[in-house]
Amino acid sequence: MKYVTKLLKGNEAIGEGAILAGCRYYFGYPITPQNEIPEYMSRNLPAVGGTFVQSESELAAINLVMGAAAAGGRAMTSSSSPGVSLMQEGISYMAGMEVPAVVVNVVRGGPGLGGIGPAQSDYFQATKGGGHGDYFTLCLAPSTAQEMLDLTILAFDIADRYRCVTIILADGLLGQMAESVEVPLDYKPREYKKDWIMDGCKGRPPRIVRSLFLDPAELEKHNFHLSEKYREICKKEVRFERFKTRDADIVLVAYGTSARICKAVVEMARADGLKLGLLRPVTLYPFPEKEIRKTAERAKALLVVELSMGQMVQDVKRAVGDACPVLFKGRTGGMVFTPEEVYQSVKKIKIKDEG
Amino acid sequence: MLKTIFRKPESLKDRPTHYCPGCGHGIVHRIIAEVIDDMGARERVLSVAPVGCAVFAYDYFNFDCMEAPHGRTPAVATGLKRVRPDHLVFSYQGDGDLAAIGTAEIIHCANRGENISVIFVNNGIYGMTGGQLAPTTLIQQYSTTTIQGRDPKTAGYPLKITEMLAITPGSVFLARASVHTPKEIRLTKKYIRKSFEIQDKKLGFSLVEILSPCPVNWRLSPVASLKRIEEVVSKEYPLGVIKDIS
Ligand SMILES: Cc1ncc(C[n+]2csc(CCOP(=O)(O)OP(=O)(O)O)c2C)c(N)n1
Repeated sequence: MKYVTKLLKGNEAIGEGAILAGCRYYFGYPITPQNEIPEYMSRNLPAVGGTFVQSESELAAINLVMGAAAAGGRAMTSSSSPGVSLMQEGISYMAGMEVPAVVVNVVRGGPGLGGIGPAQSDYFQATKGGGHGDYFTLCLAPSTAQEMLDLTILAFDIADRYRCVTIILADGLLGQMAESVEVPLDYKPREYKKDWIMDGCKGRPPRIVRSLFLDPAELEKHNFHLSEKYREICKKEVRFERFKTRDADIVLVAYGTSARICKAVVEMARADGLKLGLLRPVTLYPFPEKEIRKTAERAKALLVVELSMGQMVQDVKRAVGDACPVLFKGRTGGMVFTPEEVYQSVKKIKIKDEG
Repeated sequence: MLKTIFRKPESLKDRPTHYCPGCGHGIVHRIIAEVIDDMGARERVLSVAPVGCAVFAYDYFNFDCMEAPHGRTPAVATGLKRVRPDHLVFSYQGDGDLAAIGTAEIIHCANRGENISVIFVNNGIYGMTGGQLAPTTLIQQYSTTTIQGRDPKTAGYPLKITEMLAITPGSVFLARASVHTPKEIRLTKKYIRKSFEIQDKKLGFSLVEILSPCPVNWRLSPVASLKRIEEVVSKEYPLGVIKDIS
């Protein structure tokens, strides 16, 4: 594959990745800090024969996506926290209908209107099935502009493969920061056979795309089927990065912007001779439970570092059980820790001597 | 020689509907099916059923049909049409779906001049949830949430949303019909055909509002319900073409 190096904001990298991935339908409503995505798509989709609509709301946006994806188009929307909350009904419908799409959340501080600073406080919503009903959304967490592009491409592929909604969970910092990005020149998105879409009943029986099953037995069967799919996803799609965890006494667990900061912390600690490592989940659903458990069995403590009051830490604790202590460091509301600040928290950890 | 002069349209599946006795939805389904048969368009129809009594439309229509969340029907239909501009796309909506929870979607769909057809069934009540107030409910009309009758002081006025849509430059053809007499049924069919043809000519947004009886929730007999449309409902919601710039 040939590449060209470009200087891109994280948000622009998402747009670039989407178009490379064959996304031709974008619908969205402006909200900071993700406005570069609709702006990028409005500029660049027409040239590739795509469609951009600035919708009247996020409610409309997700439902435009639903229609376009049901017709077989690769479709996406993007927003930030309050807007993504508005989309939850539609996402739940799409999970039930098994209509695939990509939804980007460039997270900002909450609750409510909150703030526009970077945050990771939508973790629960993104990883536990943010709307009503028995479903999950896949969730990818980029931590560089390069990954904003790469994971967007992956998100479309995974969405089509499993017929599910894939969330890209970024934050205001990743969205706004410009970095150099290697953009593939001749990427060919994989095409999936779509024998369920709305394209007219020519030479076949009519199709129905729906999430309504009034007969409880039928709905239960449908949910069993969805659940089977999520199990397969959990088996096959876990992604994570290990950074100097092999000999680490203390391992930081962080994703996205927090993970970038934690990498610097690991370097600082190593320079001081402290055995610190980082485990970075790239998929937040499915969650790298086994890898975290394995790490916990070797380490003396884990420190979960998040831009929230503690959301992913619950999943880490569940994965670790009693294998080792799990501690938490968080900032919230758009406040971001410095590497020094996290390093101080690391230094305060008292490791029980087993000797 | 025997000649068939009346049969089930190919665009309808051969199964009984769940609609209550005297309900208008079945008639509207049949009219739509007849128009699609007449146009030979069945294999290129993409339709969107609403949340409301017509949610099961996809069990009766013999062409592709999908569901939409309550009120988002025009957005879903727009998504379909943007991907498949040469297909015949229509949304089918009740008055709660279109004129209450989905008000924003229908206005902006019309204002963008989306090249789709909307079939808007106005029965003046929330049928599916058991007869609560709709935005279209008449003043003094009984509903389960206005048991003294709709009082405009607290519950507002009947909303004439089709007239509101007429001021958007994107709307091309808007008409109000009814299914309470054979003559009106024929007119309904004519308007729907016109709406579909406008779409095929890619002229823009069109909508046909259809006054339809809901005897169960109106607490009237089927015959008295038809009479009510003639004598009361159609006075508040006048029948005819509201806008035509096709
Ligand atoms: C978000 C949401 N709110 C409320 C409902 C419940 N609900 C289902 S149908 C309906 C009203 C339907 O009335 P109308 O659109 O007039 O159609 P009709 O049933 O009368 O044909 C309501 C409130 C729902 N399904 N979803």
